[in-house]
Amino acid sequence: MFDDFFMRALIAGIGIAIVTGPLGCLVIWRRLSYFGDTLSHSALLGVTLAYAFSINISLSVFIISGTVALLLLSLQKRTKLAGDSLLGLLAHSTLAIGLVLIGFLSSIRFDLMGLLFGDILAVTVEDIFIVWFGGLIILGILFYIWKSIFAATVNYDLAAAEGMKPDLSNFIFTLLLAGVIAISIKMIGALLITGLLLIPAATARSLSSNPRQMVIISILVGIISVILGLFSSLELNTASGPSIIVAALVLFILSLISFKRSGALQK
Amino acid sequence: MDQNKLLVKLENAGVYRSSKWLVRGISLEINQGQIVTLIGPNGSGKTTTAKMILNILNTDEGLVTGNANKMAYVPQKINIDWTMPLRVIDFMKITSSLNNTQITESLVMTGVDKLLYNQIHSLSGGEFQRVLIARAIAKKPDLLVLDEPVQGVDFNGEIALYNLIKEISVNLNCGILLISHDMHFVMSTTDHVICLNGHICCSGSPSNVVKNPEYIKLFGEHNSETLSYYQHQHDHSHNHDGSISK
Repeated sequence: MFDDFFMRALIAGIGIAIVTGPLGCLVIWRRLSYFGDTLSHSALLGVTLAYAFSINISLSVFIISGTVALLLLSLQKRTKLAGDSLLGLLAHSTLAIGLVLIGFLSSIRFDLMGLLFGDILAVTVEDIFIVWFGGLIILGILFYIWKSIFAATVNYDLAAAEGMKPDLSNFIFTLLLAGVIAISIKMIGALLITGLLLIPAATARSLSSNPRQMVIISILVGIISVILGLFSSLELNTASGPSIIVAALVLFILSLISFKRSGALQK
Repeated sequence: MDQNKLLVKLENAGVYRSSKWLVRGISLEINQGQIVTLIGPNGSGKTTTAKMILNILNTDEGLVTGNANKMAYVPQKINIDWTMPLRVIDFMKITSSLNNTQITESLVMTGVDKLLYNQIHSLSGGEFQRVLIARAIAKKPDLLVLDEPVQGVDFNGEIALYNLIKEISVNLNCGILLISHDMHFVMSTTDHVICLNGHICCSGSPSNVVKNPEYIKLFGEHNSETLSYYQHQHDHSHNHDGSISK
C-alpha cells in the first residue's frame, strides 16, 4: 500500500486534516489566523536550516516556528507595537531570511515551489510516520488541555478567576500550532498551511450549533478536502497544497449556500 | 458573622500598570455569608480590586490571602466571538463539569431555564446577564464576585436579580463581592460598603457610609449622569450637602 506515492500522500494528508480540524477551530475562535501565517512563514527558514545542517525537516521547522511563537508571546507583552505589525514584522523577516539562506546554499538543488506550496511526490514512509505519530501527540496534548484552552478562548478573565490556568494552556497551544505546521509543511507548503487550518473550520461554523460539532465537522471537511484535492492534483498535474486548499474553498462556498437556504443561524 | 470563615483578605494591596497605580492601599475582608459592596466612580479601580481578589491580576504591593476553595466570577463585559457556536448548556460547563440537573437548577433560579439550548449569540442583554449569574452559581462557589450584574436588565428585573443575589448568599452560604451602582440595593441588603476612588475613601455599614463626608465629597464633586443619580438617592436624607454639589 505504501509503495504507491499517491497512497502515501493520501494517508499523510488525512492524518494532517484530523489534526488541523480542532486546532483550526481554536485558531478562528481566537482570531489567530495571522498568527498562524507568521508561524508558517517562519517555517521556510526551518526548512532551509534543515537542508543546511542535514537534520529532519519537521524537527527543524518545529524548533524555528516554536521559537518564533514564543518570541511573539514575549514581545507582545513588552513592545508598544500593535499585534498585527509585530506579526507582519516577524512573518516577513523570517521568510526573507529563509529565502536569503537558500541563495547561500547553492550547492543543494532546491524545489522552491515544493517548499512553498507542497509536493505529494515528496511524501515518504518516514513522513507518514511523522504525521501520524506527531499528530497523535498533538491531539493527545490538545485533548488534555482542551477544557482550559476552551475556557480561556471564551473569556480569559473567567478562566483565570476559576482556576483554569489560561496562561499555561495558551503557551502549550502555541507550541501545538508550531507542531501542526511542522508535520504538514511537506504536504501543504509554507504559504498555505494556514488555509488548511482556517477554511475547513470556517466551513464547519455554518453547519454546526455547538463547539464539539464544529470540531468534528471541520475534521471531516478537512479530510474531504484532502481527498478531493489530491485526486485533482493527480489528474490535473497541479501542486498538491493549492489543490487541497481550492477543494476546501469549494466546500466552504457550498456550505454558505446551504447555510443561507436553511437560515438556521442568522448573523 | 465574625466567627464565619474568612474567605479572602487584602492587606494594603495595590496594582501598578503603565506607570501609575490603578489602586493602592486596599485592605478588606470577605467572610462566609457576607455581602460586601464596592462602589465608586468610573475608573476608580472597582474591577481592578475584584481582579486582585480573583487572582486574575497579581498585586505589585501588599498581600492577598484567603481560603476560598471555589471562586466564581460574573465579569462586567464578556464578548463571545460569533465564530464560536455556543449554546447556553455549553457555556454553563466551560469551567466545571456539571450534570444537567445542576445546570437546570441554577437556570431555574435565575429564570432562564427555557433558554438551555439557545445560542448564546441570540440572547438579549438581560437574558445573557441571567445566564452569566446562573453559570457562576451552578458550581456552588464559596466566593462569588459579581461585577455590575444588573446591567442591561430592566427595572423590575433588576429588583428580582438583587433579591436573587440575597437569596444566593443565604442558600449557598457563600461570600459575595458585589460591584454596584445601585444605592437602594446597597442600603437594603449589603453588610459592608466600601467606597473606592483609587484607594478606599470610606467603608462601613451602608447607613454609616452615606453619612461619611468622604463619600459625599466623592459623589458630590462629579457631574456625570450616573453620579448625579447617586446624589439624588441620598439627597432626600442629606440636604446639607447642597453646598458641595452647588
